[in-house]
Amino acid sequence: MGLACEMRCKNRVLIVRMQGELDHHTAENLREEIIQQKELSNCIHIIMNFQNLSFMDSSGLGVVFGRFKQIRSQGGELVVCSVPPSIHRIFEMSGLYKVVPYVNNEEAALDFLGVTK
Amino acid sequence: MMNNKMSFTILSRSENEHFARIVVAAFIAQLDPTVEELTDIKTSVSEAVTNCIIHGYRNDPTQEIIITVELRDGEAWISVQDFGEGIEDLAQARMPLYTSKPDLERSGMGFTIMENFMNHLTVYSIPGKGTTVEMVKVFSKTIAVVK
Ligand SMILES: Nc1ncnc2c1ncn2[C@@H]1O[C@H](COP(=O)(O)OP(=O)(O)OP(=O)(O)O)[C@@H](O)[C@H]1O
Ligand SMILES: [Mg+2]
Repeated sequence: MGLACEMRCKNRVLIVRMQGELDHHTAENLREEIIQQKELSNCIHIIMNFQNLSFMDSSGLGVVFGRFKQIRSQGGELVVCSVPPSIHRIFEMSGLYKVVPYVNNEEAALDFLGVTK
Repeated sequence: MMNNKMSFTILSRSENEHFARIVVAAFIAQLDPTVEELTDIKTSVSEAVTNCIIHGYRNDPTQEIIITVELRDGEAWISVQDFGEGIEDLAQARMPLYTSKPDLERSGMGFTIMENFMNHLTVYSIPGKGTTVEMVKVFSKTIAVVK
């Protein structure tokens, strides 16, 4: 099982929905796709939706921290949402939530970014 | 309680990270672990195997990694071994957020995750010879039986 990723841009917010398993093997593609889509779509902010991610290890952390640093340096925000319990534990352990905003679902994330539906 | 053992060797290809964690999970299923315990084990195996590939072998996909799982008295003893570059300073390597490869977008959380998800973690390493990570999971069911 690999990783499928659906991306769409809405009011300059790139929404990234991941499905499947995010490990070292699948992380490189995901990183490339997000960077490429962000450029193509001219989005400022990113929402990462973890709802349908069945597995994630520290390679996923690397992708999230990496995009966070990148987007902050460009004046945007990264928001994570819909995080399953097993992944939530890893985020907490790493201190991710001290820097990256976390909300319950995509709608709340759009709200957080000041984008109305 | 039945004791059992298995061992397998994989090439240091990133495709095999998924394979390694599901094989270990399938073998451990005979101890009837909880879903959370299985996730802990899969994640820890993934961390150890990924470290062999990225650090031990510096992404050379032609090297070998040996994974052994032993079920002893309702506990799972898992070892993951490479014959790569080894670790000079183990205490530093095991520190949360320490990574020797920040340029590869590593976060330095692999050992911390293994430590938190498993009951014991021992790392043996000889610079230039390789690294073995040994992890033990004690299952909640086992604790209940012993009590
Ligand atoms: N098998 C190994 N062979 C050689 N060095 C290793 C090995 N495993 C770990 N290390 C060293 O220990 C450090 C810490 O490992 P750890 O898994 O905690 O973090 P990381 O792999 O750098 O980042 P992350 O796991 O968060 O992606 C590594 O950066 C590396 O220097
Ligand atoms: Mg690691």
